[in-house]
Amino acid sequence: MTTIDSSPEQAAGSSTIERFLAADVDWLTSTDSKKTGRLFIGTGLIGLLATVVINVLISVERLDGADVALDADSWVQLFSAQRFGLIFGAALPIGMGLALAAVPLQVGARSIAFPRLAQMGFFMWFGGFALAYAAIIGNGGFGGDADMVDLFFAAHGLMVLGLLAGAASVVTTVLTTRAPGMTMRRVPFFAFSAFIYGIGLLLVLPVLLGSLVYLFVDHRSGSGLLFESGVSEYAQWAFGQPTSFLYALPIIGLLAELLPVTFAKRTPFRGLVFGGLTLIGVAALAGSTQQTVFQVPWEGSQLYIGDSDDVTTKLGDLVPWALFHLLPLLGAGIVLLMTLFMAKPEKGAKINIIGAFPFALFGFFMVLVGMAGAAILPFVDLELLGTVFDEAALVYVVYGLVLGAMGGVVYWAPKLWGVVLDLKVVTPLALLGLLGTIAASFPHYIAGFLGQEAGFAYSDSDLQIWNIIVLVGHALMAATVLAFVGLLAKTVAGRDDEPVADDPFDAHTIEWATTSPAPADNFVDVPMITSAEPLLDAKEANRVTEGSDS
Amino acid sequence: MEALPAGPAPAPRNQMVAGATVASVAMAMLVGGMLGVWALERREAIDAEGSWLPSGVTIPEVPSNVMLIAFLGILSFAHWAQWSAKRDDRPHTIFALGSTAFVAVLVLNAQFYIYNQMDLGVADGRYGSMFYAITGAFCALMVAGIVFTLVALFRYLGGRTNESELLVAHTVIWYALGVVYSAIWFVVYVTK
Repeated sequence: MTTIDSSPEQAAGSSTIERFLAADVDWLTSTDSKKTGRLFIGTGLIGLLATVVINVLISVERLDGADVALDADSWVQLFSAQRFGLIFGAALPIGMGLALAAVPLQVGARSIAFPRLAQMGFFMWFGGFALAYAAIIGNGGFGGDADMVDLFFAAHGLMVLGLLAGAASVVTTVLTTRAPGMTMRRVPFFAFSAFIYGIGLLLVLPVLLGSLVYLFVDHRSGSGLLFESGVSEYAQWAFGQPTSFLYALPIIGLLAELLPVTFAKRTPFRGLVFGGLTLIGVAALAGSTQQTVFQVPWEGSQLYIGDSDDVTTKLGDLVPWALFHLLPLLGAGIVLLMTLFMAKPEKGAKINIIGAFPFALFGFFMVLVGMAGAAILPFVDLELLGTVFDEAALVYVVYGLVLGAMGGVVYWAPKLWGVVLDLKVVTPLALLGLLGTIAASFPHYIAGFLGQEAGFAYSDSDLQIWNIIVLVGHALMAATVLAFVGLLAKTVAGRDDEPVADDPFDAHTIEWATTSPAPADNFVDVPMITSAEPLLDAKEANRVTEGSDS
Repeated sequence: MEALPAGPAPAPRNQMVAGATVASVAMAMLVGGMLGVWALERREAIDAEGSWLPSGVTIPEVPSNVMLIAFLGILSFAHWAQWSAKRDDRPHTIFALGSTAFVAVLVLNAQFYIYNQMDLGVADGRYGSMFYAITGAFCALMVAGIVFTLVALFRYLGGRTNESELLVAHTVIWYALGVVYSAIWFVVYVTK
């Protein structure tokens, strides 16, 4: 190397401003994926708060279904901003941040693959995020005014490129930087789920980018024919079900990761869990084939099958539904069964509940309820299409993902910041988040069955109570996020010089063999891996040695 | 902390090649998705209006065919660079990389010639904007490929002659671009 490196600490002067600038430079130019991941998570939480504000606005507007203040253009903008914010402002960056921060540690890599690409990915996403919100505020977004719409499409494309850069880094890391002896079957569950998540994003996001290029060129050139004739429909799949299942995949992997730690035993049938996580990744097919909402008529009877033509038609309806909804649900069901199997009480077994577990468990259940809701949505006989039911299913998945991501932050806080967030402190927050998610979503499941349409207006005054509860739910979720960020900031700022134990949770995977917080290059020596639970093996070997010594 | 035994230095796992493959998948999905929308819009236009290509617009087929043939040249040069690098033949590696970039620029030139000859405005209906969007995306990918080639070339000129993996990744990217253009050639220029 002919370049001259100088560390920010050396470059920093003594004044506060100089130290602040040096710290900024350190964060802005870092190739440490733990920092890149934290940048994604932090700004993703800001994006979530911005979206929760939009959700609150929508909920306030829905309090009185007979008196709608906003015009049709405004509510189209508000709803498109809601979906855009939930997916691209919150769900994707938070999931990506967690993957970037934890995957290299989990696979025993000293660095993420293409760290500068990952860092550039963050800045592309963040730049696009800021510009997209500026465009939305200036009446851009789907259905908005001329110039700002162009800006929105360009900014959205930039965000997609940034997320693709992150996904490419994660996938290449799992493929090429695993520690010696770590075969793909020995990869930790979270890292495996992040791998499938990354592949899924690489399959679906370029398709979205292509649609955005079409829309940008068409709108920018002034032709506007594609825009008017509804090519924007070709981008809709990215903002809803079942593609959103893919976005939640790392959270389901996190729960699978926490099960052996919580129940202090090895996960049996690891291949089954890998299969379950991969089945959830099948949701990527929905995106890569640009699957929008489809309909499954049931003709009144669940057993109805008429003549051969009817059978063909029925299969034509059911196969896409089974492929895009049932397979991911089956995958999540496998993780659920594994949770129950691992939780089965055994004589002499100890339970080691850590702060991350309630978040991950609640988040998983919320995602599961969202997936189940999305699975029944296409049935025409239920008359749920075009109602608030669809929105509720998406909120379930995204808020569940956020809850799970908070669990990930709690779990890896010792490695990222050198702090441990106590179970007693974080459990009330997990419960508050659970309550907020249910309140923000479930009433709209009910309202959907009662026929409340997806817009603002509704004529039945009995629906008002459900919309009031939804407003409270969104407010609770905002409070949860704010309280969580405050707690984390307070804990990190107030940490003392006392070092945190390297393995405070008695965990099994190799990231817990390095120091807390982990150094910039993760491991002093890359460990040799001989099983899927190398740290547990070492502990058991030590116990045997100590037993024989005594 | 439980000390785990330090492992041997990790074996090289072709990070650049894996990264190039991942990028190739993304490129294929980008253009595949765009061609999917193209096919749907084309079918709708033919059902509604009887034709997809605007009247008076002719696609110059010679340059589009030449572009396809040029990819054979690009891939041959990319393989030549890879083959030479394996044998520590620096002059041939540099010449082959330079030739790859040169032919790639010629492909871009042919694309702009098509724009020039077609007499089609970007605002000329759905076909116009979609044609420029998809071929413009292809041009952007070509520029990225040329930049990759130039980076590899300058690294070799700078004396980094032990990076044969970079040239394997370079070949993978050009194969992907060849596949992408073949699909565009068939759907946009042949099927019309």
